[in-house]
Amino acid sequence: MSTRLATGGRLLDKARAVNFTFNGKRLRGHAGDTLASALLANDQMLVGRSFKYHRPRGIVASGAEEPNAIVGLGTGARFEPNQRVTTTELFDGLSATSQNHWPSLDFDVGAVNAKLGRFMPAGFYYKMFIHPRPFWKHVYEPFIRQAAGLGKAPKDRDGDRYEHFYAFADVLVIGGGVAGLQSALRAAQSGAKVMVLEQTAHWGGRAPVDGGTVDGAPVEAFIDATIAKLQDMPNVTLRNRCMGAGVYDHGYALGYERITDHAPELDAPRHRLWRIRAGQIITATGAIERPLSFAGNDIPGVMLASAVRDYAVNYGVSIGDRTVVVTNNDDAYRTAITLKSLGLDIPVILDARASGGGALADEARALGIRVENGKAIASVKGGKRVTGVAICAQAGEGAVLEEIKCDAVAMSGGWSPVVHLWSHCGGKLTWDAERAHFRPDPTKPPLGASGEGFVIATGAANGAADLATTLADADAAGKAAAKATGHKPKSAAAPQGSASDEAPLMPVWLMPQGAGINLRMKSWLDYQNDVKVSDVQLAAREGFESVEHAKRYTTLGMATDQGKLSNINGLAILSDALNQPIPQTGTTTFRPPYTPISLAAIGGEARDEIFQPLRKTPIHGWHEDNGAHFEPVGQWRRPYCFPKGEESHRDAVSREINQTRGALGLLDASTLGKIIVKGPDAGKFLDMLYTNMMSTLKPGRCRYGLMCSENGFLMDDGVVARIDDDTFLCHTTTGGAESIHGHMEDWLQCEWWDWKVYTANVTEQYAQIAVVGPKARTVLEKLTSDDISADGLSFMGWKDLTLAGMPARAYRISFSGELSYEIAVPASYGRALWDALLEAGAEFGVMPYGTEGLHVMRAEKGFIMIGDETDGTVIPQDLNMQWAISKKKDDYLGKRAQERSHMADPNRWKLVGLETLDGSVLPDGAYATAAGHNANGQRETQGRVTSTYYSPTLGRGIAMGLVLDGPDRMGDVIEIPKVDGGIVKAKIVDPIFFDKDGEKQNV
Amino acid sequence: MLILECPCCGVRGEETEFHGGGEAHLKRFGPGSTDDEFHTYLFSKENPKGVHFERWRHNNGCGKWFLAARDTMTLEVFGTYSAQTLEPPKHIRDAITAKRPGWTWRDFS
Amino acid sequence: MKRYSAFAIAREALRHHMGWERAWASPEPKKKYDVIIIGAGGHGLATAYYLGKNFGITNVAVLEKGWLGGGNTGRNTTIIRSNYLQDPSAAIYEKSRALYETLSQDLNYNIMYSPRGVIMLAQTEHEVRGYQRTAHANALQGVTTEFISPTRVKEIVPIINLDGPRYPVLGGLWQARGGTARHDAVAWGYARACSDMGMHILQKCEVTGITRDGGRVTGVSTNRGEIACDKLGVVVAGHSGHLADMAGFRLPIESVALQALVSEPIKPCMDCVVMANTVHGYMSQSDKGEMVIGGGTDGYNNFTQRGSFHHIEETVRALVETFPMVSRLKMLRQWGGIVDVTGDRSPIISKTPVDGMFINCGWGTGGFKAIPGSGWGFAEMIAKGHSPLTDAFGLDRFHQGRFIDESVAAGVAH
Repeated sequence: MSTRLATGGRLLDKARAVNFTFNGKRLRGHAGDTLASALLANDQMLVGRSFKYHRPRGIVASGAEEPNAIVGLGTGARFEPNQRVTTTELFDGLSATSQNHWPSLDFDVGAVNAKLGRFMPAGFYYKMFIHPRPFWKHVYEPFIRQAAGLGKAPKDRDGDRYEHFYAFADVLVIGGGVAGLQSALRAAQSGAKVMVLEQTAHWGGRAPVDGGTVDGAPVEAFIDATIAKLQDMPNVTLRNRCMGAGVYDHGYALGYERITDHAPELDAPRHRLWRIRAGQIITATGAIERPLSFAGNDIPGVMLASAVRDYAVNYGVSIGDRTVVVTNNDDAYRTAITLKSLGLDIPVILDARASGGGALADEARALGIRVENGKAIASVKGGKRVTGVAICAQAGEGAVLEEIKCDAVAMSGGWSPVVHLWSHCGGKLTWDAERAHFRPDPTKPPLGASGEGFVIATGAANGAADLATTLADADAAGKAAAKATGHKPKSAAAPQGSASDEAPLMPVWLMPQGAGINLRMKSWLDYQNDVKVSDVQLAAREGFESVEHAKRYTTLGMATDQGKLSNINGLAILSDALNQPIPQTGTTTFRPPYTPISLAAIGGEARDEIFQPLRKTPIHGWHEDNGAHFEPVGQWRRPYCFPKGEESHRDAVSREINQTRGALGLLDASTLGKIIVKGPDAGKFLDMLYTNMMSTLKPGRCRYGLMCSENGFLMDDGVVARIDDDTFLCHTTTGGAESIHGHMEDWLQCEWWDWKVYTANVTEQYAQIAVVGPKARTVLEKLTSDDISADGLSFMGWKDLTLAGMPARAYRISFSGELSYEIAVPASYGRALWDALLEAGAEFGVMPYGTEGLHVMRAEKGFIMIGDETDGTVIPQDLNMQWAISKKKDDYLGKRAQERSHMADPNRWKLVGLETLDGSVLPDGAYATAAGHNANGQRETQGRVTSTYYSPTLGRGIAMGLVLDGPDRMGDVIEIPKVDGGIVKAKIVDPIFFDKDGEKQNV
Repeated sequence: MLILECPCCGVRGEETEFHGGGEAHLKRFGPGSTDDEFHTYLFSKENPKGVHFERWRHNNGCGKWFLAARDTMTLEVFGTYSAQTLEPPKHIRDAITAKRPGWTWRDFS
Repeated sequence: MKRYSAFAIAREALRHHMGWERAWASPEPKKKYDVIIIGAGGHGLATAYYLGKNFGITNVAVLEKGWLGGGNTGRNTTIIRSNYLQDPSAAIYEKSRALYETLSQDLNYNIMYSPRGVIMLAQTEHEVRGYQRTAHANALQGVTTEFISPTRVKEIVPIINLDGPRYPVLGGLWQARGGTARHDAVAWGYARACSDMGMHILQKCEVTGITRDGGRVTGVSTNRGEIACDKLGVVVAGHSGHLADMAGFRLPIESVALQALVSEPIKPCMDCVVMANTVHGYMSQSDKGEMVIGGGTDGYNNFTQRGSFHHIEETVRALVETFPMVSRLKMLRQWGGIVDVTGDRSPIISKTPVDGMFINCGWGTGGFKAIPGSGWGFAEMIAKGHSPLTDAFGLDRFHQGRFIDESVAAGVAH
């Protein structure tokens, strides 16, 4: 059984007990424990079930690479599935639940899959569940989905908050082990701005567990001293509990800081995403120990040798009383020696190397540990816990030589550098045959904006084997990074780490080497996804020869650990099956993040009300106070209508229109785009931008204009006012303000850069209010002494005036067909003007109206709306707006495009009005059918509805539409099917439904 | 996450400050041009794997358009320069030649 | 070819699965084929399959410079729908969707087509009108869709937040027979069936030149030698411009990065695909339990299969806003693909200036769903010179100004 030792536990505060629960069971650990160490201290080895076969799963690692031990954490609004116990720091009140089993962890019905495992090899689902057809969606798939999926889905809204930080560094060091610290120190001493990220709560990495000396003193002393120096330097930022999550182009990197995961009582954001831009990035990310592939290597109690050592040294936890060590390298001997020195039993060290180990092996023997060279594990005994191992020769096929009782197995297949961050952005790897691992190829680093490499791997992440090489390498990395960022590194000597005299490793990808199929079917590569040696071999036999094919076919490396333990072992098996060297097989692509990061952290602060910026007009507050029903229009929210009490939206719109047409309405038109175009060539420029002639417009006058893209399609419309000889004010649609301004600048800067024109987007500088209705002039005359009579300010004119004491400009333009003025005032006066108009208009029953009233009134008048009558495929000619296309101009944007054959086609649908025979409102977006079907069996059509409304003015439905030969077919009746199967008949009519002669606006 | 330097205001900013505007050095064809010329102008794209010239706007900055020479395979930026030119300036072409000898793009080399 | 079935699995289990054949052969190239298809992605393999199945043309090679299915076929978010607005799009995507319904049986390979339904959320009045228009168009095109109320949306997707403070859900366009499939399996299933017909799938075979004689294609140069053909179909997505360049013409295509991500797996919580175009995000749940999330494209040409992280941020933010419960899920992996985008964002399936050479490209962000239909139509075009499914997608449309613009109804097309 696993238990807490009386001694040891360098990270623990044994004076502080911490209470937590696992599957409802109350357990106790110490401050400084991880959830993993605390569970093990309570003999809770079984912590989960695997994905496919629901095999019992125990803790196998001690860090971020853990594939098995993932649990649901917390409850309610703080519940989180799939949390690794090895990277979860214990806190008081922590509650964890195991995953992927029913009804219980100990007894899981799904475990029957394991018995059927033989019928579920890699890719079995591609080969079955094919018949009968509906069964996949309705029977097989639901079953598979229920069985898969690991953790439960959270149900509640997230109860925590999150934030983003930005940081800029000359040198970003990822990894706070000895390599990271030394390279950070060396770089910082040159004056470079340095940031160091460490994913755990502790500095120093594995070194304190592995031992060794630096400049003659224990490595802990070096770590403490280096941290102290770094903390004293103003140009250094140290962040622990902060993982380097990803490296992106041009020196961009993500840090993922877990601020309150270990201390939920803190009033702070739970996670912080650091968006870091660095000149150079040093990846000092260490290495990960590889498992060995032998039968039964997934049984709880089989653990990485380094993890066994970590639990003993860091947390004072023994995994078992009798631990068999199995290895192909010297490092695992450290585990044996450590355990032995703690008084635990090591029945045997199985060293797959016939020649055995080096100095560490001698030390182990000297402690009286039995060491067997050239030996291997034939199989592990046990179900939910290791009970023993059968021993065989590594060189053979697995004939059992001896069985040994034990309750833990510590395995080591060698170490793989953590090359993820090096690789994220295109860094290439090289195969180191001697140490049997991929390490960064220093000649092919990720390239930055300048085309030079911007990532340097160092320490164990660069393949360094011991403290001596690690520190020398890290020192050089720090210097190189400082130099590359324009700093002059000091020429101090690197600290001298102790060397270790280790015998070479022997690559062992399968144990024993000649293991038969019965053993290979039980030799796990990917513990979480249940991929075994036999699965990869099957994939190779079936032609899935590319490493990507094999991965996808078997799901090797696709679990939540992304193959940190399994990838190298898997591709070695694949290479062997294909009889090709490992580097020829290559690796799959390393993608961010290094370990999973919360979606909430990625989203940051921007949620709910501040999900996106909200643009508000100066009058927005009044709308909110007066019950506006808003609709999002771009980043604005505009009142759709102002319902009163229980009034329906439709009734509100009708009331607003009736009152406007009958007396007086007000519209907040501040969102309309307003762009000043100024300069000697402004007229010439606008002549190119609009289809009409703008240069002939007289100061003081306004003209409606259409704007097309160079591809010929209508993109915007609006009224242009000429302010003086050199100055125009262009109104755009609400949605178009920014894009049209950008469009203008594009042409001015990139094509006609010698034209003397200046533009400014003043949309937000002005509030604009449309004063609309028969009483519009009367109400304005109450507020001004300027002449705004029919002659004093005629239709399509504008004038500066003083209104209610405010400087204002009145444009006499109309989008409703009513007598109408659009009044612009500096934005800060907007609300005051609105209030003044409400007060002055009270005697006429002044009525604020919203966007829907605006739309209905414009449709009653047959005015087009960009986005309704146009959709990016419509040209002015389709809308019978030839009148707005100047015949006198040689050129305007879109003119050449409109000459192309399809655009000049007389069969293009044209704008007309549509009136239903029964007075009903046509459905939005409906199509008019024609006889027959096309070659693809689709119904032929002859037109479509572009706008359709109930007109309170006319008491019936009105619509506009684009219809084949429409203008020539006045009075024809077309059929428009509804989606529910009925057909509406509509008559083609003039699109101007109301006041055809314009008598209302021209008063 | 590209870093670009706006040649107009001199600010080195990250991609989110800028807006890509497609291929650079287009020759506009208007009324009077053939269908082929007009099509080439609006639609034919170099879309090279390697050296490319493109338009960018510093839209969350000074608002100016500029041109960039960039490698689409490595994302290396050879340089940025004024939009008010018909061809890449010599120092940009030299910078590219230094890194990618023998490069060509349309008629430029 | 041995058929796949539960029985075959049981039989093989008894002999430790030692009897399975290769899914596809790995032959040496012949000197000449009737048809060469460049690109062994889904579209290329489907084209070869339907050349054989529908037209009896089996002397076919499919050339792939990497591994088959390794481009966008193996990188997309596997959404299948046909609720397109314009007639030509609806025709080819609906043909495709219908072929997906029976593809597992046709190929004897379970591609796991799961018609779980697709909702496109309407979150502005403008989108409401746009999707109502699409629903009307679909009804006449023979595509079954329906504009549904917010209440219905909530019934179908209980985890959705209807009342987000910024963009409340106003309704949705619902295609009940849309869904997802297993992307790799589509490529593998077609490859196996093609190989079974005697076609050659030549992986690690990179085309370095296109040989012509008097304006007619005669073959290709490759790293595995010269290979002659009567007809050539080019189906290489983002690399189309490169191939066109070899044949001396240019395309209205730009290649940009499109990104996607998956969460860690969780138990089933969403049984359909939801797309939210106003906020730029879409999500479904894979059979493994991962939430599969698609994002936007970068605004510049890029062949690195990496994108910029701010697009991931925007997408994730949109999803957290739409589905608050995903907030505490974790991103497991993000990746990018290179998509080829045309001048009107609709595909090109066309003859080229070179006789006998045809091109199929420009699927942008929406290619996976089109694989069977695209292959069906392109095969017909190669065999007979034209196909009603593909006629509207010719290169000549850019000269004529006859665009197929789907952005009309939805901001983006995935």
